[in-house]
Amino acid sequence: MGNNRPKLANGFVAFVKKDCPTCELIVPVLEHLTESQVLRTIFTQDDPSFPNLPITSDDTSLEVSFLHEIETVPTLLKIQDGVEVDRTVGWSQETWKAFLGIDNLGPGNIRPYSPGCGSLSVDPDLQGILQKKYGSGVASREVVFASAEDEFEAMYDRGWSDGLPLIPPTIERVKAMLAGSERRPDEVIAVVPPNLVDLTVEKVAINAVMAGCKPEYLPVVITALETACTDQFNMHGLLATTMPVGPVIFINGPIRKSIGMNSGMNLLGQGNRANSTIGRAVQLTIRNVGGGRPGEVDRATHGSPAKYGLCFAEDEEGSPWPSYAQDLGFSANQNTVTLFPGEGPRMIVDQLSRSPDELARSLAKGIIGNIHPKLVMGFDAILIIGPEHASRFAEAGWTKDQVNEEIINHSIRETDELIRGADGISEGLPEVFAGSTLPKLRPGGGLIILHGGGAAGLFSATIGGWITGDKGSIYQTREITL
Amino acid sequence: MTTSVLDPTDEQTPEHRERAKRISTLEGATIGLLDISKPRGDVFLDTVQSLLEQKGATVVRYIKPTFTKPAPVDLRHEISTTCDAVIEALAD
Repeated sequence: MGNNRPKLANGFVAFVKKDCPTCELIVPVLEHLTESQVLRTIFTQDDPSFPNLPITSDDTSLEVSFLHEIETVPTLLKIQDGVEVDRTVGWSQETWKAFLGIDNLGPGNIRPYSPGCGSLSVDPDLQGILQKKYGSGVASREVVFASAEDEFEAMYDRGWSDGLPLIPPTIERVKAMLAGSERRPDEVIAVVPPNLVDLTVEKVAINAVMAGCKPEYLPVVITALETACTDQFNMHGLLATTMPVGPVIFINGPIRKSIGMNSGMNLLGQGNRANSTIGRAVQLTIRNVGGGRPGEVDRATHGSPAKYGLCFAEDEEGSPWPSYAQDLGFSANQNTVTLFPGEGPRMIVDQLSRSPDELARSLAKGIIGNIHPKLVMGFDAILIIGPEHASRFAEAGWTKDQVNEEIINHSIRETDELIRGADGISEGLPEVFAGSTLPKLRPGGGLIILHGGGAAGLFSATIGGWITGDKGSIYQTREITL
Repeated sequence: MTTSVLDPTDEQTPEHRERAKRISTLEGATIGLLDISKPRGDVFLDTVQSLLEQKGATVVRYIKPTFTKPAPVDLRHEISTTCDAVIEALAD
């Protein structure tokens, strides 16, 4: 900030505002100091005609006050060689005499001491505007840790963390993060639940820094949050539910490679920066900006490691099929983010099936256990088919749609086995559903099939969903805006 | 070393609001019962309704479209302008 300070003329300058009884009180003193040419300039913050003197200078823009970090009015600065060498704040007859090096301040009948008022340039309501205009270029409040504070502990103490350490969001890091997106820092991209707060690009960037993101991940984080904070996706519900679900995020398109995402071995696990931090940035934003914290509006009974942030990329290059985004009509050059309301992943082992039909049956069996084996249709699922499983289907010439349809067909259950009380278990469907059949997953959208994982292992992974449809959450895909 | 960071929160201070005045009697009061659409919430509220009516209250029943989302603004407005008090019922 120091280098941007407007140069001031050598001598003494004062800062005042009309809306300050102390400044009003000392107008006769200011008049005397003007006439005797002790004062060079009086910067006035709220009324260019106060005090009505030839050396009064309009600082209603607050630029000079802000850049000289004036906190109180009146303040006197002593300027040498264009820079401040000393200051005194408030009004004290004795202090001013000593500071100015004179014995006569003019009228002697003025109250000798008055503390002054807050400078308009530190008005909390104006901080955002002033910071952006004259300061750091960012609107967010600066939080200064005490010299004895450990910055990492200080961030924990303020409740900003999900439990893992955070990168301190210094102005330099946040500015570097903001450079990762072409969007303006003050653009409001969403209204974030549960507190329904306007979410700016800048606040996303701060949380993305803390999560450990690189600037080039920021467009993904922003688009993910735009998607999360829609009525259809219903982030409020996902947060507030007792179920262990969060926004499961997967990425399609060239950006997967350009930001170095993992779609192969251990794609759902640790070890890749983009996979590990993008989802975390989304969750930290919801926590810190939206106010969604566990034990408060977040009522999850058990929660899930996925709630730290679960994000991965589809393996498009190794897939025998078009990508998920291409299935939706996006081109191979478009980047998309998909949000699915889901819990943590679970693997389905099948090391023996060789024909596509028996593998489809097997995978259906694996999915039937999601949520509860006796509950059907209300919860969608993701199935991440591993390369070795995918090749069983591909070698037989099965399309992805065919695989999807066959798995859903093989998940069809006799409802007599699902109704309440069946199998000695009260949980289940209401009696009215008896005597029929129903699939585990709703046809035409109940199952998302993706390709991903390491080359070795006859496994796939499933991610169980939350309540689907208008009553709960509808999974969403959006093109990533750079 | 002094570190300065940018505030990651919404920087808002919650507004303090007084609780609505408690009603002193059920006799002649209009009580809203809000079903949040969870299974068996209706069973619970039917019982609450009959108990309130025995004590002289008039009961108006409301239902949220889904328990997963906050009550729509219009519904909240209707309840607040129609009722002296409201009971929101969970279930399961």
